[in-house]
Amino acid sequence: MNPALQPSSSQSHGTVELRIPGRAEWVAVARLAVAAVASRLRFSVDEIEDIKLAIAEACTNSIQAAGGKDAGAIEIVCDALEDELRVTVRDSASGPHLDVVKADTDDGSRTEELGIFLIRALMDQVDYSADPRRGTELIMVKRVSA
Amino acid sequence: MDIKVNVRESEGDAYVVDLTGEIDVYTSPKVKDAITELIDQEHYNLVINLEKVRYIDSTGLGVLIGGLKRVREHGGSVNLVCTNPQIKKIFDITGLVKIFGIFDDEQSAMKALV
Repeated sequence: MNPALQPSSSQSHGTVELRIPGRAEWVAVARLAVAAVASRLRFSVDEIEDIKLAIAEACTNSIQAAGGKDAGAIEIVCDALEDELRVTVRDSASGPHLDVVKADTDDGSRTEELGIFLIRALMDQVDYSADPRRGTELIMVKRVSA
Repeated sequence: MDIKVNVRESEGDAYVVDLTGEIDVYTSPKVKDAITELIDQEHYNLVINLEKVRYIDSTGLGVLIGGLKRVREHGGSVNLVCTNPQIKKIFDITGLVKIFGIFDDEQSAMKALV
């Protein structure tokens, strides 16, 4: 794990866990739930929007990595700390995710790349690990700016 | 969560696609279908009105990029109407402000079509 992503020493306000089916219609539930958790911290409205989009992109990435097959459950864990929100998105897919440039889609766009770019642009820290047996894990951290 | 898509003919050969709601991995196929249908009918000058869109993700952006690429092959254009600061920010971050014409109102977007 990236040393910068080691758990913060600041006080935890609580942990919220959510499991959604790895299907497109459930991504909105994940992003709204995480936004609700983020609203418990001192994030601005714009920062909460950033977090919503990053979490949605992570879930979408898991679904797209399954290549149209059932992606299984996606687990989202939110650790609300004093000065940051740490969100972990796990799936059971062992296939390529973030570090692979996928082939163009039928309309010529590369939405996976765009999604990954957005996650990195909107969150303060991002770390990714993949294990053939345990699946993939994406950890994203957003710090309270004020 | 849903997206409402309304397609209407405007001046000349131009068409306007009004979108209302949220564009994500679940709803973007509906937007893609509407744009694809217009292009298949040989309408290559489009204004996509995002004024009532509250949220867009990379799959939504991908649909818009795909539409733009297709109309450009026929000498057409896609202009966007967008006033939502959060959505404008996404176009800024991704650099898509450089490839789309983004306008504050439909009249300006229409006037700027090729």
